[in-house]
Amino acid sequence: MTDDHQLRVSKIQNGTVIDHVEAGQALNVLAILGIDGTSGETVSVGMNVPSDRLGRKDIVKVEGRELSQSEVDVLSLIAPAASINIVRDYEVVEKSRVVRPETVSGVVSCPNRNCISNADEPITSGFAVLSDGVRCDYCGSIVREKEIAANLDVS
Amino acid sequence: MRQDHLISAVDLSREDIEAVLDRAAEIDANPAAFRQRHAGTVLGLCFFEPSTRTRMSFDTAMKRLGGQTVDMGPVESSSVKKGETLADTVRVVEGYADALVLRHPSEGAATMAAEFIDVPLVNAGDGAGQHPSQTLLDLYTIRENAGLDDLTIGIMGDLKYGRTVHSLAEALTNFDVNQHFISPESLQLPRNVRYDLHASGASVKEHTELDEVLPELDVLYVTRIQRERFPDENEYLKVAGEYKIDDETLAAASDDLVIMHPLPRVDEIAPEIDDSDHAKYFEQAHNGIPVRMALLDILLSNDD
Ligand SMILES: [Zn+2]
Repeated sequence: MTDDHQLRVSKIQNGTVIDHVEAGQALNVLAILGIDGTSGETVSVGMNVPSDRLGRKDIVKVEGRELSQSEVDVLSLIAPAASINIVRDYEVVEKSRVVRPETVSGVVSCPNRNCISNADEPITSGFAVLSDGVRCDYCGSIVREKEIAANLDVS
Repeated sequence: MRQDHLISAVDLSREDIEAVLDRAAEIDANPAAFRQRHAGTVLGLCFFEPSTRTRMSFDTAMKRLGGQTVDMGPVESSSVKKGETLADTVRVVEGYADALVLRHPSEGAATMAAEFIDVPLVNAGDGAGQHPSQTLLDLYTIRENAGLDDLTIGIMGDLKYGRTVHSLAEALTNFDVNQHFISPESLQLPRNVRYDLHASGASVKEHTELDEVLPELDVLYVTRIQRERFPDENEYLKVAGEYKIDDETLAAASDDLVIMHPLPRVDEIAPEIDDSDHAKYFEQAHNGIPVRMALLDILLSNDD
């Protein structure tokens, strides 16, 4: 199985491997990380990779990048089974599963265009995590889990 | 009151509401006793949206408690026009006043403003969000005329964008109330209000026709359906016409039905209703003074 992996997604020297991402969510993971290919990182993406745990899964490997807590928090909402591996000098030095947070800040923007968090004010968007989505701390708008990907703040 | 601000009706407990309504009743009974209660207090009025009525009501309430008001004036002539953030504006005005009243066109504006200041803040309307001081005077009016428990209320009109509706519906979940919502499908309650009502276990039913529920109502709360909510003029006229009240509509209503409206109305309640015993909307508007006096009195006494 391990050899199989290597064929599909190459090893990275330093950075993060996000494994066990629900199949179909890899591009949303990239969106959460604000990666659109213009910033120069080396990124490898495996989609629909066979997995014992998930049947099919996606994998994202990002060279030269360790994730912030806000990024991990939002990631946990769209890829609850994900594991995060920090790689330094080709070795996994830290491996953790994502944990569903109680709140998320930044990363997601409020879908309500008229919300004060979308105005030019000195605040960061913030959401309380509900059982099936998140709720804006400011206007109270509810974003369902499946809508989160469409509301990522990738500026 | 547990909190220092009044931002959303969701924050109000039954005890909070009753404390304000009881104080308002005391004020109503003996306004002279409160005349100098907050002498020397200054209330800052920050209205980022035109509103004569609510602004006048808070202005009067503060003055009848012996205090004074400072008003930032119309947005066109203020620093906001020069691009100042709301966060900056409230931090500046906080230095002039002992409490602030804020009306703003963006949802969540009051929640954000409260993060930046230490004086009490009253949300006097944030976009299509909340208008909790209106709710307190609505509740006062309901309590005086029909009682707040074992009540069946119909709330009709623009339930989607109507901030008075959102605040009222959420506050009513503190009481034993059956809530019926009557609106065109395109103006039904927004997802977040529905969520709060559901979470509080309230009895909520939705209708597109008033006839379905009118006979069982103790209170009918009517709101205006605004033209700008419809892309097409004909569509507006067609829809708005279905949610109007006149003598003929009321033939099926209980004799004790109380009709309320946050005003201003356009033509959703026919003038012929005004002289009937059903009409409580002018009384409701007058209640704005004692209730806002009570609210300010309680918020300003919190840190004494
Ligand atoms: Zn919002």
